[in-house]
Order: sequence, then structure tokens, then C-alpha cells
Amino acid sequence: MGLLSDPVRRRALARLVLRLNAPLCVLSYVAGITWFLALAFPPLTQRTYMSENAMGSTMVEEQFVGGDRARGFARDFAAHRRKSGALPVAWLERTMQSVGLEVYTQSFSRQLPFPDETHERYMVSGTNVYGILRAPRAASTESLVLTVPCSSDSTNNQAVGLLLALAAHFRGQIYWAKDIIFLVTEHDLLGTEAWLEAYHDVNVTGIQSSPLQGRAGAIQAAVALELSSDVVTSLDVAVEGLNGQLPNLDLLNLFQTFCQKGGLLCTLQGKLQSQDWTSLDGPLQGLQTLLLMVLRQASGRPHGPHGLFLRYRVEALTLRGINSFRQYKYDLVAVGKTLEGMFRKLNHLLERLHQSFFLYLLPALSRFVSIGLYMPAAGFLLLVLGLKALELWMQLHEAGVGLEETGGGSGPSALHPPAQGVGLTSLVAPLLISQAMGVALYILPVLGQHVATQHFPVAEAEAVVLTLLAIYAAGLALPHSTHWVVSPQAPDRGWMALKLVALIYLALQLGCIALTNFSLGFLLAATMVPTAAVTKPHGPRYVLVSPHLSQCLCLHHRARPHSISLSPTWCLYSYHGAYTDVVPPSRPLYAALLVLTSPAATLLGSLFLWRELQEAPLSLAEGWQLFLTALAQGVLEHYTYGALLFPLLALGLYPCWLLFWNVLFWK
Amino acid sequence: MWASFICWWTQDQAEQFFRSGHTNNWAVLVCTSRFWFNYRHVANTLSVYRSVKRLGIPDSHIVLMLADDMACNPRNPKPATVFSHKNMELNVYGDDVEVDYRSYEVTVENFLRVLTGRIPPSTPRSKRLLSDDRSNILIYMTGHGGNGFLKFQDSEEITNIELADAFEQMWQKRRYNELLFIIDTCQGASMYERFYSPNIMALASSQVGEDSLSHQPDPAIGVHLMDRYTFYVLEFLEEINPDSQTNMNDLFQVCPKSLCVSTPGHRTDLFQRDPKNVLITDFFGSVRKVEITTETISLQRDSGIMESSHEEGQRDEELMEPLKYAEQLPVAQIIHQKPKLKDWHPPGGFILGLWALIIMVFFKTYGIKHMKFIF
Repeated sequence: MGLLSDPVRRRALARLVLRLNAPLCVLSYVAGITWFLALAFPPLTQRTYMSENAMGSTMVEEQFVGGDRARGFARDFAAHRRKSGALPVAWLERTMQSVGLEVYTQSFSRQLPFPDETHERYMVSGTNVYGILRAPRAASTESLVLTVPCSSDSTNNQAVGLLLALAAHFRGQIYWAKDIIFLVTEHDLLGTEAWLEAYHDVNVTGIQSSPLQGRAGAIQAAVALELSSDVVTSLDVAVEGLNGQLPNLDLLNLFQTFCQKGGLLCTLQGKLQSQDWTSLDGPLQGLQTLLLMVLRQASGRPHGPHGLFLRYRVEALTLRGINSFRQYKYDLVAVGKTLEGMFRKLNHLLERLHQSFFLYLLPALSRFVSIGLYMPAAGFLLLVLGLKALELWMQLHEAGVGLEETGGGSGPSALHPPAQGVGLTSLVAPLLISQAMGVALYILPVLGQHVATQHFPVAEAEAVVLTLLAIYAAGLALPHSTHWVVSPQAPDRGWMALKLVALIYLALQLGCIALTNFSLGFLLAATMVPTAAVTKPHGPRYVLVSPHLSQCLCLHHRARPHSISLSPTWCLYSYHGAYTDVVPPSRPLYAALLVLTSPAATLLGSLFLWRELQEAPLSLAEGWQLFLTALAQGVLEHYTYGALLFPLLALGLYPCWLLFWNVLFWK
Repeated sequence: MWASFICWWTQDQAEQFFRSGHTNNWAVLVCTSRFWFNYRHVANTLSVYRSVKRLGIPDSHIVLMLADDMACNPRNPKPATVFSHKNMELNVYGDDVEVDYRSYEVTVENFLRVLTGRIPPSTPRSKRLLSDDRSNILIYMTGHGGNGFLKFQDSEEITNIELADAFEQMWQKRRYNELLFIIDTCQGASMYERFYSPNIMALASSQVGEDSLSHQPDPAIGVHLMDRYTFYVLEFLEEINPDSQTNMNDLFQVCPKSLCVSTPGHRTDLFQRDPKNVLITDFFGSVRKVEITTETISLQRDSGIMESSHEEGQRDEELMEPLKYAEQLPVAQIIHQKPKLKDWHPPGGFILGLWALIIMVFFKTYGIKHMKFIF
């Protein structure tokens, strides 16, 4: 006999779920959060190790000595750039040709959906320059990429210099089995996107670009370099890519081993690496780094040009030279040798990087948490939604039977009419309305920006952000009038069914998000789950208490207003929801909670947390400014690179959240 | 008196002459792994190839199987070379390497077909092992192995049982007189422990449970150039010349644990002769038994009688007797095998009783009426 098909056992199980529901939910939520916080501690973090045989050791001889040459190239590049005011394409072509590369250019143009105020660009047109170093003794079937993004606000002169010097050095070696592409892009990521789309002959973001004249086979790996000083104190590595994609862990391991070999100071998320993992310091610092990584991954932005390569399943990372106030500095030779070693080892690759993890979290450069170990954290959080949904389901269907048995009285069971089809028609209106709000949130801001600028004294970017916020807020006002179809006989069945649907909808969405981008899924689950679980309408018609009980309570309340919270009877009845319109309703409190845990508020909170962890705390005004910028950037990145955070929030989570709002204000 | 001593001495020499009983030498040298990072396996095989060729086995008697071409790999900074020593001291690729089976031709099937001679008639002579019952064969293998198998390329394996059966088949088809098997791989000793055919001597670079380690890391080439065991074997072989009197016992000592890190193993119980009488050149060289003497040597007509006079000729006498063939499927032996001793386990009745007790105590305590809440 199955556990659920026997009515007796089923009732026992139902009672268990109903009675222990609240403790189980709390336990599950706490377990999820604790599990997540424990991820930075040694049993859950493991040391990284190189899985790829072909890159097994750092046993290569770095012969790069072109530090002076790199600085010379950098100076020339800076001078030509100043003179022309843009990327000195002709000079780059000439120089690349002189070091012996096959040089090609690609021009592109793109009109952004609205002016980008942080980068000050709207109608963008530029030129990418790339040179291919052909492997002397191999067919051009595979290639590696070294790319330097150039834009007006970041100089990156030294990176270009080092790229050219490395190209000159690599040209002199005969052991290349893969072609090497040296790519300098204009308008940083826009140029990278244009080049990548043209290289793979696709057009996903609607950018106009000229086709590529030269190709070099499938790209196996890419390294992006950002360097703006002649000396560096440390190298920071960025791995988080578009939509939270990550490169294969082996690529990071490779970087880390060469960092160690060259004695370079390498950082992750700008944090120094703690060596001491036996005491509490290492893991605590690891937790900070881990949280930073989660926040950056959840943002779904490409944190460097490497982020766009990941979409084409090209393993890539970005190295940033940091020049801080530390005493010990490294020159371009040290950085060049690290890159040379990495490229030499990547050259040894025989197949795509696939041996190591693709899904991981990093508490430190040398430690990682694999997907099998971090996923339970999200699982526990989602279990809360499942438990709540189960409880509602049971209450909707056979609560009457369960209560009859325990209570013995006919009072409560009278509240629940016999189990029958839940009026699904009553759910159509709220579902449709909130989904329509989501669509409006997704489409209107960009579509209506010109209308907004005509009627209000704002710029386009501001118009988009403000429309976004206005629609978001308007959504809160709308759903009050959505339950006109609810049958009057079973008022609470309506909201229960709605909440049930909302819970399942939320659980499905969060589950899917957590599978593709754990960080985003977890952050949203951690904030949305508790309020979603406790939300219920605290209106006067929630439970019909028998009149005398109600009166008695009222009397009780009026007689001893100050001792209410201490009275055990009060506790008892308020727990059962029987105490209704006499005490100040908790609806505003719930509403505030719900607003605080809405997707937009989560974004705002994440910004504050992020700056806090970076030890550059924000004031409230700064935070608000940053929030508005982040909104504009989020929309822009969706249109320019295809980042999915904005549509996900607008079309998925916001409507779902509105359903809970609807539940709260159910009359 | 002096003349008689000379006569005795030369006679002894002449007896030594025919002691090994082989008339020709063959070598099968196999590298089973491909990919650039397995450079060392190719170098291992080529270093043995270099030695046997230097000691006189011609290319026509060597079947060389190389799974990859390191000399022409685009990643090789020194094209057309394969070095066994760092600093480019010794190029084992040499000037004339005749590879018989290469890249995807190096498969378990091809290897076993070469050994057993079950080869399509169209196969050229250079790809065949045309040995007979007077042939001494050297089989050298290297690659990535485990307990009881050796990996071929990235797709298949040969097990120690398959290998042992192949050798038995060779023996039954009278394809060898004596066979020297050398393997340089992790857990190499597991590959020879199943051999059951006579006249096989086997050496391995490591014991079961041990890894075989690499040697000679070269940053300029960017890989390890050799494995430790073969490196020291090559060093040893470089000292050998066709008239060296070095014997197999010296080869067993070649790579002590202090140098090899792993423990090299050898197996001689199937071999009929004492290893100290077996010259290295019996397998690694193709020494033609030619000796020019000015003396007249009177030999008895029957070599068997002659060797019986020799003090240590007893084993050789056995060798010359009609040889017995091992039973291919030792059914009787298998049937009469003692059952394997199991770990002690408490008797079933005891466990049953214990559970009954537990259940009884349980129901005594909680009563039968709670049953429905449990299930």
C-alpha cells in the first residue's frame, strides 16, 4: 500500500504536515541560510586542483623580457590616442603588422535604446583591430584570444603595450599549436560583443558590424587584460560573466598556479587571499569574498570583456592590474611572464576545457565550493514554499476532516464547505492583471521614454528609470479591485487558492533561476521566501468567529488593554487567526515587509551590502543614486548584451510578487 | 698442460656459445598513449628502440608501435627530435626511425594480432612478427595503466589475462624460444602476474598499488621527457655493447627505489635458466654466434651430451627435452581450489533472535495499538 493512498495514513501525514508546518518551515529556512553561511568553511570548501592533464604543471620556461618594449608601445599608443582622440586604428594596424601579425579591422555601430549616462554614449561607432598569429606548424582549427578593451573612460594603454610586446615575443616562438588572436576593442564591451558576434556569424543584439576578414578556428580560451600603470601591486581576476556564467575552473586554476610560480600577489574580488584556513580568520574572510562573488554573479552583468566570451562557451577571464599603495610592485615583465606561461599551457590543450567544474563558488582563489555542496542551501529555502503549498492544498481539500477529528466540535468545520473544485476562474483575473503589469514594466519604460521627455523635464535615461519605478509602484495600487468574481460563500478559499498558485509559481521560478544562476536564485529566495510564506489577508472577513467568543474577546481586550500581549488566551486565539478586527491589524506591517522583500528592494539592499563588503559603505543618498544607475544599466545591458536579469524580474518575479500583494489585500 | 687448459677454456666458451638456444632476436616496442603531455611515453619507447637497434636488431626484426608523433607535434619547440635527457643531451629519435604501427593503428587488436601472428595476408612483412621457436623476443610496453590493465590510446585497455593468454598462444604456436617482457606503467607488476607460459621473464617499473613516476622535467619543451624506470634502463643499456657479459641480474638492479621512487619488480619463475646466465644481449642484441679461433675445437656430436658435462647445464638439458605445454584451461585446478576464507560473520540465527528481541521489547513498551501511527 502506498503511503498516500491509504486514507488513515494519509490523514496522519496530513496532520503531521499541518501541525508541524510552521516549525518545519522555520527550520528549513534557517537550515538554508546556515548552510549558505557555512559554505566558506573547510568541510564544504575544497582546495582547487588542476583536472586537465594537458595543463598539469607550470613546467614551462617563460622567456618574455620585453618590458621596455611594452612600455614603449604603451607610450606611443597613448600619444597617438591623444592626438586622434579615438582608437588609433592606423597606428595599431601598422604596429601589429610590424611585429608580424596578420592584421584585420572591423567597424561596428550601435544605437543604444537610450543614452548611457555612466559611459556617456548613445550613438556608438567604433573599430576593432585584431591581429592573428598563425601557428607555424598546425592547421588553423583552434585559437586563443588575448583581448584588451579600450574605451574613453578607461585608458588601458599599458595593456595595449603589453599585448603588442607579447605578440612580438610569441611571434618568435615556433611551438604554437593554436593560432593566437590579439584583439583590441573600442568602446570596451560593445566592441567585444560586435567582434564576437561577427566571429561566430550571429546577430543576437542587433549591432551593426562589418564581417570579419580573417578567422582562426574555434576559440578555446580567452584572456582579457586591463592594465593602466607601468607597475602593478597585484592582479585581480574576474570570473563572473553574462547572466552569471562562469569559466571552467581549470582556467582559474591555471592563473592561480602561475601567480604562485611568479610570486605575484593575486586577488579575487579585490580581497587579499588568506593563507590560514585552520583558524576562523580564513573562512571569515572567505565568506566575505564568497558574498561578494554571489552579489556580482547575481547581478548577471559581464564583469569584464571575458563575460561576453562565456556565452559562446569560450572559457575566459579578465585580469586587472591594480596599482595601490603597497610597497612591493611588479613590472610588466612579471605580468607578461604570467600571461606567457598561461598561453603556453593553454597551447598544450588538446580539447576544450571541460574536465573541471563549470558551476562553483569561490571563497578564495585556491578554494572552491562545488555545485553539489552549495545547492542544498537553495533547496532548503525552496522547501519552505513547498511545505506551505502543501499545507494550503490540504487545507483546501480535507482540512475539514482533519479538524473534525481533533477538535471534535462542529464550529471550525462549518467554515470550510465540503471539498470541491477550487474556483479557478477567480484566479484568472489577478493572474492576468499582474502578468500584464509585468509586461508593461518590461515594455513601457523604453517605449515611452520620448513621450516622458516631452511632458516632463527629464533626460531620456532618467525618464526610463522613473517610468520603471512608477509602473512598479503602480502595480501595488492596482490589484485591490481584482476579486470581483469571488463567490461570497467561501471568501477564504479564494485567497488560499491564489496563494497556492503564487507559491508554486514562485517556487518554480526560483528553482529554475537557482539552477542556472545560483547566486541570483539564492538571493531572491532568501528575501522573498519568508514573506511569501507568511503572507495572508488579515482582513475582517478572514475567519468568522462565533459571536460570543468574539464578544468575550472584545470585552477582555477593553477591560485590560495593556495586558493583552501577556495574556495566554490572546496568544492562543491570535495564533489561530480568530482574533480579528479588534487589535490593530498587522496588515501594514505585512505590507511593509512585503515591499521590503520585493525584487527592487532586494536590488537596493544588495547594493548596500556590496559596498559594505567592499569596505566603502554608502550613504542613503549615494545608495539611491547608485540604485537608479543600476536600474538604467540593467535595462541597457539587457538591450546591448542580452543580460536576462531585467526581463526575469519584470516578466517573472514582479508579477509573482504582485500575486502575494494581492493575497495580502484580499477582501 | 697449457694447451690443454686453452683447449678446455675454448671448449667452455663454445658451450657458452650455444647456451641460450636462440638463433634470432625480435623486439616489439609499444607506446600506447597519445597526446603531447605523454611525450615521455614516446621517448621511453624510442629509447629502447635506440638501444636494441644499436645492439644489432635490425628494423626488419623490430615492430615499433607509437601512438603519437611527438617529433612532428606542433607543440614541440625542437622539431624532429625526441629527447630523453633534459638540456637536449640525448636525442632518441635519431636519424632513421621506422615506425610500423602508428597513431590510431596502435590498438589492442593490432597488438594481439602481431603477437599471435593472426594477421591478414595483405600485411607487409615489416608489420609482422615473423618469429619461430628459436626466437628470443623482447616486448616493451609503456603507457598509462592500472591494476591489471594497460590503457591503449584513450579508448580501450588490454588486461593482464588477455596478455597472458596471448603469450600462451605464442608458446603453443612455437613463436618464441624465450621472451623478455618489460613494462613501464603505474602498477606495472600487475601486468605480469597472470603469465603462465614457460620461458618468460618479466620486469615492471612498479608494484601493484604504486605509481610509476616521470623524470627529466624540461621547461623548454614544457613536458616531462622520460619515465624514471626507463630512464635508468636506458642509462644502463647505453653502457652495453654487443660483447658485454652483463647479465639479467644486473638489469634487475637497474633502478633501486631510491632512484625510481616506485619499486621495480621482476618475475623469473617461468623462466628455465638462471637469470645470471642470461646475457642482456640475449634479448636486447642480435648477437651472431661467431667466434674466430685459431684452435681446433673438438666438440661432441650431440650438444645435449656436451652440456651434461657442464656443471650448470642441468637447466639447459631440461630446455632441450620435448617441452610440455601448459594446460590452457586448468579445469581440475579450478575445481579443486580451496574456497576463499570469508570474514567472520555472526550466525544468521543469532541475528534473527536479536531482531526478534528488539521487536518484542519495542511492542511490549509501546503496545500494538500504536502500529498505525508508525506506518
